[in-house]
Parts: sequence; C-alpha cells; structure tokens
Amino acid sequence: MSDEIPADIAKLSFEDALKQLEDIVRTLEAGKGKLDDSIAAYERGSALRRHCERKLAEAEARIEKIALSADGGVRSEPAGLS
Amino acid sequence: MSDNSDAAIPAQRGTGNVPEYTVSELSSAVKRTIEGSFGWVRVRGEISRPSVPASGHCYLRLKDDAAVLDAVIWRGVLARLGIRPEEGLEVIVTGRMTTYPGKSTYQLVIERMELAGEGALLKMIEERRKRLAAEGLFDEARKKKIPFLPDVIGVITSPTGAVIRDILHRLAERFPRRVLIWPVAVQGEGAADQVAAAIDGFNALPRAGKVPRPDLLIVARGGGSLEDLMPFNEEIVVRAAAASAIPLISAVGHETDTTLIDYAADLRAPTPTAAAERAVPVRADLIADVSRDGARLVAGLTRLVSERRTQVAGLARGLGDPRRLVEECRQRLDVSGERLSLGLGNWLKARRASIEMLGRTLPHPRERLARAREAAAGLAARLAATAQAQRHGVARGRERGAELIARLQAAAARSVVERRQRLAAVAGLLESVAPTKVLERGYVLVRDAAGHVLTGAGAAQAAVHLALQFHDGTVGATVTGAAAPPPSTPATPKRPAKRDGTSQGSLL
Repeated sequence: MSDEIPADIAKLSFEDALKQLEDIVRTLEAGKGKLDDSIAAYERGSALRRHCERKLAEAEARIEKIALSADGGVRSEPAGLS
Repeated sequence: MSDNSDAAIPAQRGTGNVPEYTVSELSSAVKRTIEGSFGWVRVRGEISRPSVPASGHCYLRLKDDAAVLDAVIWRGVLARLGIRPEEGLEVIVTGRMTTYPGKSTYQLVIERMELAGEGALLKMIEERRKRLAAEGLFDEARKKKIPFLPDVIGVITSPTGAVIRDILHRLAERFPRRVLIWPVAVQGEGAADQVAAAIDGFNALPRAGKVPRPDLLIVARGGGSLEDLMPFNEEIVVRAAAASAIPLISAVGHETDTTLIDYAADLRAPTPTAAAERAVPVRADLIADVSRDGARLVAGLTRLVSERRTQVAGLARGLGDPRRLVEECRQRLDVSGERLSLGLGNWLKARRASIEMLGRTLPHPRERLARAREAAAGLAARLAATAQAQRHGVARGRERGAELIARLQAAAARSVVERRQRLAAVAGLLESVAPTKVLERGYVLVRDAAGHVLTGAGAAQAAVHLALQFHDGTVGATVTGAAAPPPSTPATPKRPAKRDGTSQGSLL
C-alpha cells in the first residue's frame, strides 16, 4: 500500500475526512458488503487516517501580522509576539 | 499688510461719522468677529435633518427648544468621528463657528462629536439594533457554520495587550494554527473604520494568494466602558461583520457586555479566550480519535476477512471432494450403461414372449371353420330336437286337456251334490225358525188396521182395532183397556228356536 494520499482526500477538511473515516469504520464493523468493496474501503480509510494524522501533525503555530503597503496591497510579516 | 486688512477699515465716504461698508467689507468683518470669538466652542444640542450628499460632507442642524444652528462635518472628520450623526441624537459637539458670506449664513464646523450621556447612548444603540434587525442583518439564516478545524485564523484586534496573547495562548494549547493578525485600534476615533476595513480586507484576500485567506475570523477586544466599546456598535462594523463570507466569531468586552457586532457575528464568544476555544478543537483528543478509528479500521477489516475465510472454509466443506464427485458420476454412468444394454435385451425378450402368447391364442382359419361347422351342426340338432319337443308338447297338451275336462266334470258333479245337501240343511233350519211354527205353540202376531206388527201394549191401546194372527188364521179384535196381567211372562220368540234341536252353527 502506498503512502500517497489520493488528491480527493488531500482536499478534504480534517472534519470531513474524520467523518468519512468514521463511516468507513462503521461499515466495516457491520461486516456487510462485498469483499472487494471492503478492501477498497479499508484502503480509503487508511488514506483518510493518514490525511487526518498529517493534518494533526501539521499543527504549527505560525503567527503573522498583516501589513498594508502604501498602494493598498496586503502582505504578512512575522509578528513580533511571544 | 494685505488687501484684506485694508478692506477691514472702511473708507470715510459720504456724510456723518457713520462709516460706510461695502457688503463684502461687512461680511468679512462679521466673519472675523464670529470666527475670532467662537474659534473653539462646545455646543450641546439635538441633531436634526442630517444629510450626506455625494461630496461626502455631512450637513445637519443642531437645535434645542428655541433655536437652530446649521452645522457641517467635513468628510475627513466624519470618517473618524466614532458616531454617525442620526436624527434626534443628543450630542455634545466641539468645533468652530464660521460664516458663509455668499449666503449670509453662519454655521458650526464640527470637529468632534460625543453623545450626551449614557442613557442617550444606550437608546441610540438599541434603536440602531432594531433598525438593523429589521433589515435582516441578524437573521439566524445568515449565520455560517464555524469550521471544525480552520487552517488559518484571522484575528482582528489590537496587536498589543492581553487580548491577542490570551487568544494565541489558548490556540497553542488546544491546536496550534496559522494565525494572521490584522492590527487595528479597538477604541477611539477611527477604530470602527479600521475594524470594518480589516473584516473586508480578510474577505478580499484571494484564495490562493501569497497571504492565505483565513477560514475563520475572530474580532476581539478586552473589557471597557460603553464608550470604549462603541466602535463595535457602529453600523459600518456591524454591516461588515454581517457581510463577511468568512465565518466570524465576535469576542468584545466581558461576558456581560453585548455590542451590536455580537448580533451580526456567526458566533458570539463571551471572552477572547472563549473565542479561541470555539475556533479550534483539542488536538490531543483528535489524535486519540483518529488512532482509535485507525485501530477499528484494521480490526474491522481483519474480522471481515476472517469471517469470509470461515465462510469459504465452511462452503468448501459443503462442496465435497471433486474426485469423489467424478467417481460417483462415473459409477452412475456405468450402472446406467449396464441397465441400458440389459434393458434392450429384456425388452426384446418380453416383446417376443407377448407375441408368442398372442400367436398361441390366434386360431387357424381351418379350426375356426371346423368350429363354425360344429356350431352349425349343433344348432341344427337343437332345432330338430325342438321340433320333436314341440310335437311331444302337442300330444301331451291334448292328453292334459282331456284330463282337465274329466276333472272339471267330476268337480262340477261334486259341487252340485254338496250344494244340494247344504241347501237341505239350511232349509231345515229355516223351517225351524219360521214364525208360523211359534204361532203353533200359542203365540199370536198382533197387527193394526194397516197391517203393521205391534210389539207393545201402548201401541196396541193406541191402535184400537187389531188383527190377531194365529197359525191357522187371522181374527179381528178391539182394545178395551189394560188387561189383568198374565200369569207369567212368556219366553221370547228366540228361545224356543234355541231349544229346538237344529244346528246353531249353520244358522249363525
């Protein structure tokens, strides 16, 4: 199984990914459906899990401050806050 | 000295010592006097008929119960005023008086404006709230869902002070995120414009620009007086918050403070810290959730596969050994083949046997002919016998007829004798009971004149004339009355018949 996360999953918000993962878990636990479908669901579930974990691992406090330039443009710069 | 100062000293023209002014000279003098004397004044009054034409300047009138004062707020001042001039608003304004010589008017140029008293302020806020609510700005249907886990959070607040620190601290504690701070003044003149511009500015950021567009906005300010919080009651801020496409959490003042931005926000947090809590979930909890879901995912699939394996094994047992299956088939084929060859022979044999049997039962024509001839001969013999029998029958019939006649004659003769004898017996009997016989024994038969037999004394008395019949003849008699009773009652006529010796059986 590859560690690549499918593009459609990578686009998901954490909440949507978590919800899909929970749905897949429930379906698998119910033990219904075709075996092929279940394996596909498992693979998708694994990708969703990796996506969620990656989203959680991304947690990084990056504090920036908006600065307005003279021409009205907006840029950000590191905020000098603790 | 300028021309202007020259004009201030009117020239001595005409008569008397009353100086003569031109209109412009007097207007200028008045202007100087007014502007000099009222260069900086504070006026309390009620705003009347405010209007902002395209120029952007605001024209209004201040009034009390007796007087009216024209006033103007230049565009630049209006923007940083902090209060939007509204009809009926009780205000204290600061500014300078000036004249407008072209129209012979004077007016107050307003530099600052404050509300006259807290009661007036609250009343104004409440009226504004009602007006904006009527516009639908605070409708529940407009509220956007706060994202579960925003990637970028835009915070609009003062870059200094406890508020931003509280927010950043709580975010880091729960789930560190990328935070964009849009620094604004949160009180005083211009604060409302800055806050509104920041909300609009975040919304205007392109989705894939250099500066990331936030998924969530927090507008925050610490506690303060009602006047301090006023920028968050300003219409421009409320409208910007309501129009924000990015979900917005308001956190202004303390828990007990409510500003109008709270009504327009998608979520109102009681404090800046609470806003940070509503903005992100707790990361540790999510990690636990995901890892639990991951474990369930593996367990689920493992169980599913093992269940399928068990199912397959069970079904495989049901399928049985294919070799045995083939052998069984072959055996069945052999048996059938054997039965097939045997069967044909048996079938032929059975058919042959039945044909032979039929053949045996089928008679030869000669035989049939002989049998027919025999039958014909038999019939002929029976015919002859019958004819013989008939001849016999005729003879016997004739004999029998003679015999019957003889018997008839005998019987007839016997019958006549018998009947004669019986007649004689009956005649004898008859003779014995005849009335005449009784009369011979002394009895009399009494009749009336009509010949009817009388059987009682009453009848005899009634008849008067009687005929008495004796056995040997009849005599007449007349009834004379009742006779002396006879010595004894004679027997009834039947008794003598009984006494006579003839057979009773034949009589009865």
